[in-house]
Amino acid sequence: MEFLNYFGGVFEPWAFMLLLGGTIGGLILGATPGLSPTMAVALLIPFTFHMSATHGLVLLGAAYTSTVAGGAVSAILLKIPGAPANIATALDGNEMAKRGEGARALHLSFLSSGVGGVIGILLLIFLTPVLAQWVLKIQTPHVFWIAILGVTVIGSLDSKSFVKGLLSGCIGLWLSTIGYDEIQGTERFIFADALGGGIGIIPALIGLFAIPQVLDMMAKGRVDALVEALEVPRQKLAASMRELTRYVRALSIGTVVGSIIGLIPGVGGQIAGLVAYDQSRKMSPQREKFGTGHPEGLVAAESANNAMVGPSLVPLLTLSIPGSPTAAVLLGGLLIKEIFPGSDIFDNHPEVVWTFINSMLVGQVLMVIFGIMIAGWAAKIARAPAPIMAAGVLVPAVFGSYSVGQSVGDVHIMLALGVGMFILEKFGFSAAPLVLGLILGPIAGDNFTQGMTLAAAQDGPWVYFFTGTLNIILIALVVASIAYSFWNNMLAGDKAPVAEPVVGDTK
Amino acid sequence: MTSHRLQHIVPGFAIFVLASVVTWLSFTEQPAEAFLFPRVISVVFIILAIWNLIRAVTGMSKVGRGITVDTLKNLAPGLAVMLLYVFFGAKHLGFYFGSTLAFFAIYSFYDPASWSSIKDWIKRVFVTAAFMAVIYTLFAVVLQVHTPRGILF
Repeated sequence: MEFLNYFGGVFEPWAFMLLLGGTIGGLILGATPGLSPTMAVALLIPFTFHMSATHGLVLLGAAYTSTVAGGAVSAILLKIPGAPANIATALDGNEMAKRGEGARALHLSFLSSGVGGVIGILLLIFLTPVLAQWVLKIQTPHVFWIAILGVTVIGSLDSKSFVKGLLSGCIGLWLSTIGYDEIQGTERFIFADALGGGIGIIPALIGLFAIPQVLDMMAKGRVDALVEALEVPRQKLAASMRELTRYVRALSIGTVVGSIIGLIPGVGGQIAGLVAYDQSRKMSPQREKFGTGHPEGLVAAESANNAMVGPSLVPLLTLSIPGSPTAAVLLGGLLIKEIFPGSDIFDNHPEVVWTFINSMLVGQVLMVIFGIMIAGWAAKIARAPAPIMAAGVLVPAVFGSYSVGQSVGDVHIMLALGVGMFILEKFGFSAAPLVLGLILGPIAGDNFTQGMTLAAAQDGPWVYFFTGTLNIILIALVVASIAYSFWNNMLAGDKAPVAEPVVGDTK
Repeated sequence: MTSHRLQHIVPGFAIFVLASVVTWLSFTEQPAEAFLFPRVISVVFIILAIWNLIRAVTGMSKVGRGITVDTLKNLAPGLAVMLLYVFFGAKHLGFYFGSTLAFFAIYSFYDPASWSSIKDWIKRVFVTAAFMAVIYTLFAVVLQVHTPRGILF
């Protein structure tokens, strides 16, 4: 119950203001098609650079939670999911809105998001410290394998193509080695002056997640992408709350499915929503009504995608393995503050981690309140024309990349990575494994080098890295994640050209 | 050979070249100790790159739509503005002035509203000014980021 000691931190004026701002801003960003939660969090990271670690994480956590929920607004009112996590929401939510039940759909959506979200965060609160203590037993070779596991899991599961997912991870790992090697005091892969300091996490995150979305918007040309939002007639909240109690089955399925999927590194909200929707339909006596505006489908999908948020941080805060691409960006936010997941964060920075987790719990409540209050208004903002959004993302991306190191070189790196990622995405590569390779690369590299030095003084690298129970378990997990994805690819085949995603990013 | 297959071969080959360069440098640069980890990565990198290229050449690689000529045509002006903005405008004209020009250019070019209507141009100027005022407040006033001034601002 240590977390209770740090609840006060959430209500400090500055922290609470950030939580409030992050929640409201996140709801609006989430409701905006094309601006994914991952990109929103990536764009916010430069702002956290000027804050304390606690405040920075409070802001990022609030944005993460509320962007996922905010995506339901445009899914329901515009039939355009604000994020891939809300794809299943659009199926029944928009049908309800078309029948004039937009307010009912929004109420049910935010209420079920809140319930799922709170249970997910409670899981985070109770599971994380237990795992973090276990992490104390981890030594140099294990950290190396855990970092590799993070890359292979995301590379295998997050991509539509097994080979391309792993290749993305490899490119990320290689990019992380660019720059000055402090241990040996030598330069590595410095092809241009801007690369002298290596590739900064923040410019990379912004470039890899924001620039492809800007280019995607431009690629559509001069088209009027405005979609009419449906009107939202008023409905009493109390009636919606009573109604939610009728959908306990869908709510339970969504919450359980979301929580389990959140715990699996790399799977994320899109799958959580769709799996919960599918399971809820299979178990419902009214399954034929799914897709025609049945609230059960909406409740299952929304409770699942928010229940996923808390558990997706469990492997992140204990093992440095993010549960979703947005969690990977959060990992970047932690590392730039020199806070390392695992026992370090719980032993040396308890006020940071517990205030962060508690703020996410309070954020769920704020998200429900403000989500319901501003949903109609957010839908209007979400209809901002694509050209304004493209230019409006590019400029803060440039300022954000520059502001961290006050270096124009960082802006060049950001743009180069962004354009490169846009091209790679068009050929089925995914940003998430690349980002994870970039973030976990230094951890893997340092522990590998350290391990090799220690191994030379002991029984050699083979014994040091490949023997011992924990090493073998981790290696088995690395192999299993690759084999599972390979097997899935073999069964499904490297399918024909995939449809253009509704939104730009993966989670 | 279909154009779709060719579309996959080109990036597959580019990645193979990149992987080859990384592998070559990892195994030839000194001191060897600094390149131990890159060597491990590069071995996996080149194997995967070859596998990916073989899949592209044999037509097995189908994930991703590739880039169409229309996409390139639509992108070209925006990308040109972005490159000019980032590599020239931001530093030499001044960060805020360069950003204002870039925002205005991208917004105006991709705005489906009429290019001959004065009312629409006024709207574009107003939106650009309002947006840049927010950016200035955030970065110059709140975060106090010192940006290159260039010859203007």
